[in-house]
Amino acid sequence: MVTEKPSLETVWSWLSAVPDPEIPVISLTDLGIIRDVQWRDDTLEVTVTPTYSGCPATSIINLDIETALRAEGIEKLTLKRQLSPAWTTDWLTDTGKAKLEEYGIAPPRPAGGPQHCPRCKSTQVEKISQFGSTPCKAQWRCQSCLEPFDYFKCI
Amino acid sequence: MSNALFEYLCRMGDNTLVLGHRISEWCGVAPVLEEDIALANTALDLIGQTQLWLGLAGEVEDKGRDADRLAFHRDVWDFRNLLLVEQPNGDFGRTMMRQFLFDGWHLAQLRGLMGSSNDQVAAIAEKSVKEVTYHLERATDTVIGLGDGTEESHKRMQAALDRLYPFVGEMFIADAVDEEMVSADIAPDPASLRPGYDAMLDAVLAEATLQKPADDFAHKGGKSGARHTEHLGHMLTQMQWLQRAYPDATW
Repeated sequence: MVTEKPSLETVWSWLSAVPDPEIPVISLTDLGIIRDVQWRDDTLEVTVTPTYSGCPATSIINLDIETALRAEGIEKLTLKRQLSPAWTTDWLTDTGKAKLEEYGIAPPRPAGGPQHCPRCKSTQVEKISQFGSTPCKAQWRCQSCLEPFDYFKCI
Repeated sequence: MSNALFEYLCRMGDNTLVLGHRISEWCGVAPVLEEDIALANTALDLIGQTQLWLGLAGEVEDKGRDADRLAFHRDVWDFRNLLLVEQPNGDFGRTMMRQFLFDGWHLAQLRGLMGSSNDQVAAIAEKSVKEVTYHLERATDTVIGLGDGTEESHKRMQAALDRLYPFVGEMFIADAVDEEMVSADIAPDPASLRPGYDAMLDAVLAEATLQKPADDFAHKGGKSGARHTEHLGHMLTQMQWLQRAYPDATW
């Protein structure tokens, strides 16, 4: 039971601890999909934008947000879906990008392909397929260490 | 107006629903793993877009039908998809030719809809355009790779084009619903998309060493719902079987 409304800053810090269900190494705020947090009277309104329109993680993400905020004592909560402006990988934070790389997923780049292999850092890489294990990733391969790896597509 | 808008949104949503279901039929049986994943991902994007289009259609109609209700509780005559997307998968080549012919139109259409006077339509288009850009890029690469590939793959791609080309025309023929959308600045004039599409098609087919059929005959009746091909009904028996067997089942 919360007797006083927590500050928006506090709410953001709670949300930054909620991991992405598909790529748990980054948080929902790293991913840039939480667009706004507001108090509407005594109701907390969280605005979320989907990454890909068919991403099955979307409903899990909403559930995770709700679970996390309820655990902090928030009772009145609404989740608002926002389509426009459409999510872009430009909204991934630098911390998020660094965590992806460390995890073995090459972060998105405007140039359209990975900078280097996330394992051996070789720049000799080739695309296997534009689609990968989740809607947001493509499959690439390193021609030096021969390991395949995921590349977070730039959209 | 709201009736024409409802019809129009059903057309958008039924195209993505029917094609999304069609390509999901490849899940687990595509020629190679990467293609299997790519087709399943494309299906996922299209089904996601369907939820947005049909969800909005239900709101506009205001009779309490949501996207699921529209998808699973209508029969053939109420579907408004293009005849092209309900055509059976055939072999992998034919599936990718169908995808290419659709994606080329779909991307141009969505780019037009981004400037819609209806904010919700514009927002869905803005979201979808990013996904469909990838779809078209991949379909184009595959059509070129297989068209300009082996003797066998070339033969199959030419056969696929010959079979599917008569379904292209329907995308660009306007009817009363389109005219109402154009006059309300909701959607682009279908005919205005044709020159760009033809130029794209000619460039890709030339690189793919494929010949566009000379005859411009166009089958139509899908988007108006007047006359679907026999294939849609068979597809719906699969797609809707659960809701038909157990109406309103939830889990």
